[in-house]
Amino acid sequence: MQGLAFTVVAPYWDLLLIGAWWTAVLTVSAGALSFVGGILFAVIVLYAPNIVAYPVRACMWVFMGTPLLLQLFLIYFGLVQIGIDIPALAAGIVGLGLHFAVYNADIIRAGIVAVDVGQTEGARSIGFGKWQTLRHVVIPQAIRNTAPPIGGNLIALLKESSIVSVIGIAELVHSAQLAISETFRPFEFYITAAALYYILNLVLEAALRLFERHVEASR
Amino acid sequence: MIGLSNIEKRFGDNLVLKGVTVTIAEGSVTALVGPSGGGKSTLLRCINLLEIPTSGTVRIGDETLEFHPGGRVPARDIQRLRLQTGMVFQNFQLFPHRTAIENVMEGLVTVLKWAPERARERALALLEKVGMAHKADAWPATLSGGQQQRVAIARALAPSPKVLLCDEPTSALDPELAQEVVDVLGKLASEGTTMVMATHDLRLASKIAKEVVFLDAGVVVENGPAAVLFNNPEQQRTKRFIATLKQEAEKEGGGEV
Repeated sequence: MQGLAFTVVAPYWDLLLIGAWWTAVLTVSAGALSFVGGILFAVIVLYAPNIVAYPVRACMWVFMGTPLLLQLFLIYFGLVQIGIDIPALAAGIVGLGLHFAVYNADIIRAGIVAVDVGQTEGARSIGFGKWQTLRHVVIPQAIRNTAPPIGGNLIALLKESSIVSVIGIAELVHSAQLAISETFRPFEFYITAAALYYILNLVLEAALRLFERHVEASR
Repeated sequence: MIGLSNIEKRFGDNLVLKGVTVTIAEGSVTALVGPSGGGKSTLLRCINLLEIPTSGTVRIGDETLEFHPGGRVPARDIQRLRLQTGMVFQNFQLFPHRTAIENVMEGLVTVLKWAPERARERALALLEKVGMAHKADAWPATLSGGQQQRVAIARALAPSPKVLLCDEPTSALDPELAQEVVDVLGKLASEGTTMVMATHDLRLASKIAKEVVFLDAGVVVENGPAAVLFNNPEQQRTKRFIATLKQEAEKEGGGEV
């Protein structure tokens, strides 16, 4: 039996920080994509003509009904076969982003439906068109009202981003594994990586709270 | 001048307006009164086309639109007519994610593409007019119902509409708060703002309206000057309704006619 010695982590600290940096980059990019994509999907499902809405809904079901791991494999390894060669980082961002966009879309759709019809009438009465009403009145309120669950999804996304290590993106888990392969000290490195994830999530939660407090001001 | 002629509105099998013709002179205040379900709100909403009439003609100033069953009216035409109107709702419908002044600016900036500074100036002048300039930067949720409604009036007036449509503007307010809204509307009336209001509030109708249209079951039962209609209605149906309204007003101790 080996004793535990966290001093083994020190030489690899830079490697782990770089990993944490890429985890942050993945979270922010995929998070932004999942947010914008969520709004887009929600609007399409609610308002687009069936010929557009049905295929989009079918895609959403596929994304919701299949494992993220498989989706990443398909995007990164599968698409090459039909001539679409995406860099690993881009594949990771697209995979994570679309996967969570589908969950966000359901939440935002419910948020849009829950905005009082009177708000739409108020906007229409001062001359807003359909799209202006959505963009300036309905969607902002839907986002505000659904900020907590969307924030929850973002936190889940940060943690799930570890899965993209399987397609070779040098994020935090990937860095930890690299260090482990050289030192054979899984416990210390996994614990350190876990602590770094936790810290990243604390930062993210603080940012989300700030946003929610900003929103609360208008209630 | 606003002219509604032969307006019919059908919701499925339900004929809500059965050929209503009303003319509203510029600078006049007209109250639409009548029992719930009589078609007041629907008629009001046919003026700014929140409801599209099944058939009939809507005219505001120089803009005229004709409606036919099954016919489609281009969104652009609807928009053009609608921009001649402003509407005040029973539940205010201020945008909760915008401050008071932003609510008033919104239409000017987003629809009429005014520069924000110019819109802010006009918005502030309008808030001043309704006595809400001191709350320009407040969130709607922090305002009382009466204050919210006054901001909503300023918002409706921002694009300089030819007519202000009020859908039960005091019904969601207690008598005291209703009073401040009645005062503001009265002031606007005295300045020559053309208004059409659907209301149950006898105090509002009797104090401000010059003309009254009594609607029941989708038809105009009686119309004429407010003083005549309230004190000496011709039709039996109108008499009964006015009597009930007066009774209620007495019970509340509020309105006097």
